[in-house]
Amino acid sequence: MELSAISSNLLYASFFIYLIATFIFGATVKMTNEKTNRKLGNVGIGLTVVGFLTQIGYFITRWIAAGHAPVSNLFEFMTFFGMMLVFGFIVLFLIYRITLLGLFALPVALLVIAYASMFPTEISPLVPSLKSHWLYIHVTTAALGQAILAISFAAGLIYLIRQVNQEKATKRTRWLEFVLFALMSALGYIVVASGFGAADYKTVFEAPVNEQMTEITYEMPAIAGPNGGELVTEGAFGPLFETPGWMQGVNAPVKFNTIIWSFLAGLVIYGLLRLILRKRIAKSIQPLLKSASPRLVDEVSYRSVAIGFPVFTLGAIIFASIWAQEAWDRFWGWDPKEVWALITWLFYAAFLHLRLTRGWEGERSAWLAVIGFAIIMFNLLAVNLIISGLHSYA
Amino acid sequence: MWGIYMSKITCECGHVNPEGTVLCEACGKPFEANQHLNNNKPEQLLNMRYDGSARRSQTYQRTFIDKTWNFFSSVKIGVSIIIVIVVASALGTIFPQEMYLPPGSDPSTHYKDQYGILGQIYYQLGFHNLYSSWWYLLLLAMLGISIVIASIDRFVPLYKTLKKQKPKRHPNFMKKQRIFGETDSGNIDYKKLKANLKSKRYNLYEEDGNILAEKNRFSRWGPYVNHIGLIIVLLGAMLRFVPAMYMDEFLWVREGETKQIVGTDGIYYMKNKDFILETYDMEDEGNSQFRESLQKQSAPVPENYQTNAVIYKRTDLPVVPGKEPELKKVKEAEARVNHPIPLENGISLYQASYQLNEFSSMTFKLHDKGDEDSNYGEFTVDLIEPKDEYKLDNGTVVRLERYFPEFELDDGEPKQVSKFPRNPAFIFEVDAPGEETEVSFAGIGVNIDASGNNDYKLGLTNFETRDVTGLTVKKDYTLPIIAVGAAIFMIGVIQGMYWNHRRIWIQPKGAGVWVAGHTNKNWFALKKDIDRTLEGTGIAFPVDQQEEKDAEERRKDDGIISD
Ligand code: HEM
Repeated sequence: MELSAISSNLLYASFFIYLIATFIFGATVKMTNEKTNRKLGNVGIGLTVVGFLTQIGYFITRWIAAGHAPVSNLFEFMTFFGMMLVFGFIVLFLIYRITLLGLFALPVALLVIAYASMFPTEISPLVPSLKSHWLYIHVTTAALGQAILAISFAAGLIYLIRQVNQEKATKRTRWLEFVLFALMSALGYIVVASGFGAADYKTVFEAPVNEQMTEITYEMPAIAGPNGGELVTEGAFGPLFETPGWMQGVNAPVKFNTIIWSFLAGLVIYGLLRLILRKRIAKSIQPLLKSASPRLVDEVSYRSVAIGFPVFTLGAIIFASIWAQEAWDRFWGWDPKEVWALITWLFYAAFLHLRLTRGWEGERSAWLAVIGFAIIMFNLLAVNLIISGLHSYA
Repeated sequence: MWGIYMSKITCECGHVNPEGTVLCEACGKPFEANQHLNNNKPEQLLNMRYDGSARRSQTYQRTFIDKTWNFFSSVKIGVSIIIVIVVASALGTIFPQEMYLPPGSDPSTHYKDQYGILGQIYYQLGFHNLYSSWWYLLLLAMLGISIVIASIDRFVPLYKTLKKQKPKRHPNFMKKQRIFGETDSGNIDYKKLKANLKSKRYNLYEEDGNILAEKNRFSRWGPYVNHIGLIIVLLGAMLRFVPAMYMDEFLWVREGETKQIVGTDGIYYMKNKDFILETYDMEDEGNSQFRESLQKQSAPVPENYQTNAVIYKRTDLPVVPGKEPELKKVKEAEARVNHPIPLENGISLYQASYQLNEFSSMTFKLHDKGDEDSNYGEFTVDLIEPKDEYKLDNGTVVRLERYFPEFELDDGEPKQVSKFPRNPAFIFEVDAPGEETEVSFAGIGVNIDASGNNDYKLGLTNFETRDVTGLTVKKDYTLPIIAVGAAIFMIGVIQGMYWNHRRIWIQPKGAGVWVAGHTNKNWFALKKDIDRTLEGTGIAFPVDQQEEKDAEERRKDDGIISD
């Protein structure tokens, strides 16, 4: 078998091992016996470590196959981010031994890895600006920092589901449902994209882009068609309406359409769950989290920020600047990606200050952890996909 | 003097504290009158912020200076400034900043044309140059001031207090610590306790049998160290505005051309021997792993941008303006992306841009309008140094009236787009002996007869092209300052985040003993430390009074509390 094929098989394998580990961590929720609980937790973390090593195997084989570290496109970066999430979880589990954390952190990692594989997965060559050792150093530390910070989101989510009063609907219960809905939209996107991908679905439009007729290919049925576009594929579905004209670029309508699909798929999953459970999702999970000590979960959330913040600073701000100085002759250039790294960094600095000197612990701190994760995901996806930046040789 | 003396607080333990002290520096006794400064309530645990030390901002609030000081030392204000910067920065990424617009575009129309009314508003509010706007810089300055004042306000009293702390603590201080436990009587093995504490690397201080076990006090200085680093970075960034510290120039050099390097006082020259653009070759065996990806791309993927340069230094110093320089070769070097060419004095040349196939010369021949095969002579226009007129062999003079390096027809009128010879065109006057002067407009694929009744035509017969490399010439003496600031910042954050200041107080009480503990973060680890050190000493494990309170509230609330 070719090395690159071995590599992708290792990635699949690690994905499934994480999935099994998640179920095992899930099973600990119902265990009241402390001893069996501990044993099951050991199995869970053991499997997680095996999955992690398998994914390291993916990483190394892909590195050898490509001739450069596999952190150079969105697929590679996101899978690496997922791997670092697992690593961060392993570290925090070994400190605090909270099995519940596995039940929340691993699914986030699974979502990230599955999401990653929706982007082109071929090994791609490096453009000149990426040919630098600082690519590896910067990207790996930045991803590690973001991943440890993301663990605080997992812990924060446990805290919120555990603690937010579910007696009656309030602003907080609605926001919490919204967070869960957002996670389901990510899942929904994966389901829809893999479904249409497997069916090899394609609709082609012709539309004016910069005053030139251009072919635009949709890989999902077009709910929102291109502005002023004309359907080329015969008998294809849609479009129901046109993408607003202010969304610029060849890919804007496709991205917009994808967002609509994710949103709808998320709604369907969320709606079905609500129908089955007959109450708010968070309310249904809440009783399962009774055994968790809120103060300990809160501390885990804070601790991951405390550990992750220096790593993030080093990777995403300092190493990034050193590389930018070499590649673009300026260490800071206010490119959108850079600005969003700065925003993330400032946000977590604010988080630390509010916590340390204004006593924002518990629920407020958990909400901040959620917002922080949203900012990280925004920088990862939205800035790459929506706001076009310089981050390639111009 | 007397007034200041009067406002000092003398504690029952004998220690004299400065005005505004919340907890006695030596024994930790809470001073009734000042508890409101740290929001302490009688029924609650003590707020251990800055160990209850007397902070200027909490103590003096009268004069204008006091008020300014208090404003900037407030973390509420500091965080507000950070949040405003966050929001402003985010706004700046909605549309591209002016510096990232395509070259040659006019911002006053670009935003409106590309992004409609929102773009227009964006431009008019000045968001297209947000990060160098006065108000953004003002926000950064306020951030810096806030960091400095807040740090001094806290560091000085905290430092003094931690230096003056005594092992023997006031009972109210002990009882109101989050970690607290009482052992009434029993066989207490102090020797073992001390050994245990030492083996966990605690420093022990003793006074009348009272023990203070403390470790990692240095981690308390982490925030102040990192703030110093931040200030150095901010100052370094400000030095950018001092011209001697920073230079950013751009240099276009054509292949074969030798040019003075701007910003080197006329001392350095460089020759562009060759500009190389390599793209990934799908057929190359070495690129087989990329084949699938390359096939998907509509355009070739660049592999390398490189300028092969020769660097020269002028030897006939001092520089006499107008004199032909005498050059000595210094070195041959390659500028590639990620690999700048270093010169002396911290100046570097960075591969930044390029222009392929710029025209270097164009050759025309004069012939009869109706007959392509006729030939009255040829001439070559060197586009770097075009001449005013060209004499043909038959005595005809062709005058170069106007030269457009890159032109565009606008309503039939030629218009200059740029000064780079990418699409050159010329207005020629043809003066054949004894005939009337004819005007014609000639370029690539255009040949316009101005009057409509010319006899002659100028036909393009040949041209030559070459590549142009674009290099930035950079000098930045602020880099070392910023690097030092960043390093100090990292040291400070790591110091404050990866270590925690932990203290355990042991106080004999009758036959028994009291134990209290405090840490500035990571209570989990402190509790573990305490449990391990108390093991086998006869002292009961203290409890986490906060956890107990939580648990009690949870019981009241049927398992779920709602903050
Ligand atoms: C970019 C801006 C800033 C960064 C990156 C930063 C960084 C930090 C960090 C990492 C800590 C330690 C937090 C912890 O241990 O949990 C800290 C503490 C602190 N910062 Fe900042 N800071 C910034 C701005 C400010 C500002 C504007 C103020 C002004 C009010 C401020 C006041 C403080 C205070 C009072 C502490 C606590 C010190 C202590 O309790 O010992 N910081 N800062």
